[in-house]
Amino acid sequence: MKTAVLVFPGSNCDHDAYHALKHVVGVDAEFVWHKQPSLDGFDAVVIPGGFTYGDYLRSGAMAKLSPVMGAVRRFAERGGPVIGICNGFQILLEAGLLPGAMIVNDSLRFVCDYVHLVAVTDRTPFTRGVPAGTLLKIPVAHYQGNYYADERTLSAIEERGQVVFRYCDPEGNVTSESNPNGSARNIAGVCNEAGNVLGMMPHPERCSEEVLGSADGRRLFDAMVAWLGERTA
Amino acid sequence: MKAKIYVTLKRGVLDPQGKAIRASLPQLGIDGVEEIRVGKFMEVTMREVGADEARRRLDEACRRLLANTVIEEYRIEIGG
Repeated sequence: MKTAVLVFPGSNCDHDAYHALKHVVGVDAEFVWHKQPSLDGFDAVVIPGGFTYGDYLRSGAMAKLSPVMGAVRRFAERGGPVIGICNGFQILLEAGLLPGAMIVNDSLRFVCDYVHLVAVTDRTPFTRGVPAGTLLKIPVAHYQGNYYADERTLSAIEERGQVVFRYCDPEGNVTSESNPNGSARNIAGVCNEAGNVLGMMPHPERCSEEVLGSADGRRLFDAMVAWLGERTA
Repeated sequence: MKAKIYVTLKRGVLDPQGKAIRASLPQLGIDGVEEIRVGKFMEVTMREVGADEARRRLDEACRRLLANTVIEEYRIEIGG
């Protein structure tokens, strides 16, 4: 079982993701430079956070054209698990692998804080064993994390079970006060129709050990490992 | 061949930047500005191609990279 951690010019959470996978969860992980056209031999893909290409034009706009993204698309079409975190989420949106787009936070401020999430569905490889209603404490750090999709798309993804996480207060209430960036319907994470591609703004790799303030993020990577184990069994 | 590309947020997409700029204008004593929408302006220089071909190529560039049509719309002006 081997996971790929993609590295673009400007990625800066790649080592955090690698550490969480390899040293905390204990699954094999390897960095994959964005010019690699293939992901053969990998069982899961992590697109980490950062500021690929300096966020020029739009966050993730240039990264979606990197050769490795063609491989990610093929990997995703075959049902392989892909998680995009923060800038990784933005790249997946720009690539059209996930619905919607990101705009600037409604506060116009870079938000860097712990937030609470409520799980909406456990149908993704990363949320198996994290049933709907589960509360997670996970940090965010972004300027363009204000999730946008038109009303028709929002209704469609809700109906198809593609909303995976919402921002909420510590008690699990989904309120506008607990929404750190103005995201439509407090959406913090979405998946594709098939459920194998997940994008989320909060950073599970930054909270996979108690010493970091929360280990809730580890649950997503543990779920991924369990899912892969079931698939190969 | 020169071209101009204007990329703007679609109507209905919140523009917090434009809102903040608009809200600060009265501090300069400039009143009566109801709304400001911030967008991008790109000046493009192309090797000699016909106007139609330039527009075709730039339209593709806009659709696939320069604009995100989930949130933005674009306008291309050829020449000038």
